[in-house]
Amino acid sequence: MSSSYDAIILGAGIVGAACALECARGGMRIAVVEGDVVGGGATAAGMGHIVIMDDSMAQLELTRYSQLLWAELAPELPEDTEYETTGTIWVAADQQEMEEVYRKQAVYGQQGIVTKVLDRPALRKMEPNLHPGLAGGLLVPSDAVLYPPCAARYLLEQAVRHDAVVVPKKAVRIGNGRVELNDGAILESQRIVNATGTAASDLTADLPMRKRKGHLVITDRAPGFVRHQLVELGYLRSAGSSTADSVAFNVQPRKTGQMLIGSSRQYDADHKEVDRSMLVRMLQRVQQYLPGIADLSVIRTWTGFRASTPDKLPLIGPYSDDPTIFLATGHEGLGITTSLATAKLLMNYFTGSRSAIPLEPYLPSRILLEAQHA
Amino acid sequence: MASVRQHSFDVLIVGGGPAGMAASSTAAAHGHKVAIVDDNPSLGGQIWRGRSFSSASKRAADKTAAAWYRKVQNAQITHLSGLRVFDSAQAGVLLAESQDGPNSQYGQWELHYRKLILATGAQERFLPFPGWTLRNVLGAGALQSMVKSGLPVAGKRIVVAGSGPLLLAVAAYMRAHGAQVVEICEQASMGQLAAFAFGLLASPERILQGMQYKLQLLGTPYRTGCWPVAAYGTQRLETVVLSDGRRTREIPCDYFACGFHLVPNVELPALLGCHLKNGFVEVDPLQQTSVPDIYCVGEPTGIGGLEQALVEGEIAGLASTGRVEQAQPLQRERKKMQSFTERLEKAFALRPELRRLPDAQTIVCRCEDVTFSQVREYASWRAVKLHTRCGMGPCQGRICGTAGEFLLGWNANSVRPPILPVRFQTMAVAPAIQEIKSQNG
Ligand SMILES: Cc1cc2nc3c(=O)[nH]c(=O)nc-3n(C[C@H](O)[C@H](O)[C@H](O)COP(=O)(O)OP(=O)(O)OC[C@H]3O[C@@H](n4cnc5c(N)ncnc54)[C@H](O)[C@@H]3O)c2cc1C
Ligand SMILES: Cc1cc2nc3c(=O)[nH]c(=O)nc-3n(C[C@H](O)[C@H](O)[C@H](O)COP(=O)(O)OP(=O)(O)OC[C@H]3O[C@@H](n4cnc5c(N)ncnc54)[C@H](O)[C@@H]3O)c2cc1C
Repeated sequence: MSSSYDAIILGAGIVGAACALECARGGMRIAVVEGDVVGGGATAAGMGHIVIMDDSMAQLELTRYSQLLWAELAPELPEDTEYETTGTIWVAADQQEMEEVYRKQAVYGQQGIVTKVLDRPALRKMEPNLHPGLAGGLLVPSDAVLYPPCAARYLLEQAVRHDAVVVPKKAVRIGNGRVELNDGAILESQRIVNATGTAASDLTADLPMRKRKGHLVITDRAPGFVRHQLVELGYLRSAGSSTADSVAFNVQPRKTGQMLIGSSRQYDADHKEVDRSMLVRMLQRVQQYLPGIADLSVIRTWTGFRASTPDKLPLIGPYSDDPTIFLATGHEGLGITTSLATAKLLMNYFTGSRSAIPLEPYLPSRILLEAQHA
Repeated sequence: MASVRQHSFDVLIVGGGPAGMAASSTAAAHGHKVAIVDDNPSLGGQIWRGRSFSSASKRAADKTAAAWYRKVQNAQITHLSGLRVFDSAQAGVLLAESQDGPNSQYGQWELHYRKLILATGAQERFLPFPGWTLRNVLGAGALQSMVKSGLPVAGKRIVVAGSGPLLLAVAAYMRAHGAQVVEICEQASMGQLAAFAFGLLASPERILQGMQYKLQLLGTPYRTGCWPVAAYGTQRLETVVLSDGRRTREIPCDYFACGFHLVPNVELPALLGCHLKNGFVEVDPLQQTSVPDIYCVGEPTGIGGLEQALVEGEIAGLASTGRVEQAQPLQRERKKMQSFTERLEKAFALRPELRRLPDAQTIVCRCEDVTFSQVREYASWRAVKLHTRCGMGPCQGRICGTAGEFLLGWNANSVRPPILPVRFQTMAVAPAIQEIKSQNG
């Protein structure tokens, strides 16, 4: 038995769910293959910060574009998505980091992104629980937070309303227009989208992707303890580094009044267990910035894996010699933010229509080309 | 700033109830360096804590308790009171946090061990029904602890309901404190219980225990095949509704003590990687778990009550200190008790009608205010958690997850550190971890 679709999306994480909705809304006949809980992969592990980042121009364009798409969608998101435009404050520890605040403001400003420089008193007024010795920060008011598993579920529900079919199975082999499922069934399509996150390499060989582990901590409720997502300016250095293990101060207020705490980055740590030494480094860093957090309770810790590429940009579009295989993965620590833009770019590619931002920086072939030139 | 205290022991016992007391005093007999850690200020666990026992008492049960307290006092044991174990740093090292008290300036305690005996006990099972979150609707054991810490109940009307021998113990306790226990309502049927009572003839202590309860409860109706279906009240509890499946009765009362037998505390064993079977820690005849050098005793191995907890504690105390032959007679005793445990389990098996207790609006997860209608459509515990936040609050599903296992067949067994909430600063302490030499080699 086999069934045929205009596109088959593998994986119902936030990226797969977003792609399914975009394609289904465009009138395509879609099947979504998900072997586990919807939004239960990296989507369930991560922080759900809808954030503009400027590690590269391409990253800035993609995150900015996607953030606008989230803001557009926000009014229709159900309450359990917990979408809230909290804004981000990039916290500067000292005068040297204040230089970075001004640099960042200039870069954002060129893209028309509104920001506000906070000096020491302004920072203190906005976030009284931050250490009084911190120099200041940059407020990005358009940044938001949401609860990713429910966002993924909502996107998938909307796709189903547009007649997408959810197949609760695991894909075991893909190629030549066929998806073989773990029960032996075959699905057919000329467009097979591998959106299985870090598992994408199991289905598509030789992906330029590594797993990057992160630790997370959730506190008990303490409403108002922090009001914006707070991230240290050193974060970019930490996120951008492609070798050493790193931690950075990154604290998010949840609608529940809890605080979700990231973020650590470790390559090649394959097991899911919490690594105490990383956890301790991360928590100590948080205590330096928010001394008063010491007396709150931690109720759980866990880990998640990012799908990381050499240039920290996702892989969107065709990849191998097989013209039926497409990728939508490699979103590293930004897949919640960039899921909606990924879906748009993919759909633009399928229909041959003009995209709002250039697709080239995210085409998987860029990395192949680079490898050939190296 | 929080700091670390490091200690090293030959045998470390977690849990200061009867099982842990028996294990520690037995292990300490031959000069081994032994410590017992419990999150309460005093030893005794759920049953003995906060009471005093005299060996001159006429009651056999009191004599037993007094004897064990004496053994613990006379043995060389480090008593780490008010410390809660929350994580394992690595094999051979547990992390604990001091609860409020004289030692609370030491945020983190690093407890090194060669052998570990887990005696973490059990807690009540709660099942949600309309009104169960009202004020003065409490767990049976929870009401008992509140009375132990000073809640006056003299003259109060109390209905005790749910399942298990604990109901009798709690009712007797309330009577002794002057409460009017209106009735005790056991969900198991008479037929189920009769089969159990017949088997009891093999164990005289149990009959005695049973009779004591009866004497104390004279005049209090003990109804079987009867269960709670709702509780009503505006600000606080006013009446409870009980059903026998055919008709319902409404009874006015001040407190409703309600628990559905016990569920073992297996978070720490699970975190340490001990193999579980049907929700209990699997042990061999020497109480060894699947993890080398880790033993488990008392309720986590099966809800067997006091005597089994004591015998298991003794066996592990001997086995962990290399005295395997001495454990043999105890092993035979334990084997006999195990058939009791199995009968107990059958006698108090929960009836299927209880799966229909919650209605759509009934709160299932009290921490996160999640209703039954929100959770019942999901196929797995993980999906429920991720999509409804059920079990994501401070208790991390200890109550709703356990209820869901019975109501909806969830498999709610995902442990992550910390196993209980812990202060941020305690979690943020870097473990000192060096092998510290124990004085007795
Ligand atoms: C610690 C941490 C913090 C993060 N913080 C943020 C943040 O603040 N902001 C942000 O934007 N991003 C953040 N991210 C990144 C973000 O979480 C990910 O980029 C995003 O969730 C990726 O989504 P995905 O759909 O590609 O992958 P996943 O969510 O992993 O989804 C893949 C799905 O595919 C399914 N699947 C796998 N194999 C198969 C198969 N063979 N057949 C069928 N189905 C299969 C899986 O079950 C899964 O549901 C963070 C990530 C981590 C780890
Ligand atoms: C609420 C309740 C009330 C009960 N009342 C009665 C009664 O009145 N009469 C009766 O016959 N039986 C009663 N029982 C049953 C009785 O407790 C058992 O039959 C028996 O005493 C079990 O002994 P134990 O040592 O296995 O466990 P427990 O007596 O439960 O002892 C376990 C101890 O370990 C501690 N502990 C657990 N985890 C940690 C940790 N991570 N760190 C530090 N300490 C920890 C607990 O606080 C507890 O003190 C009750 C049980 C419960 C749950």
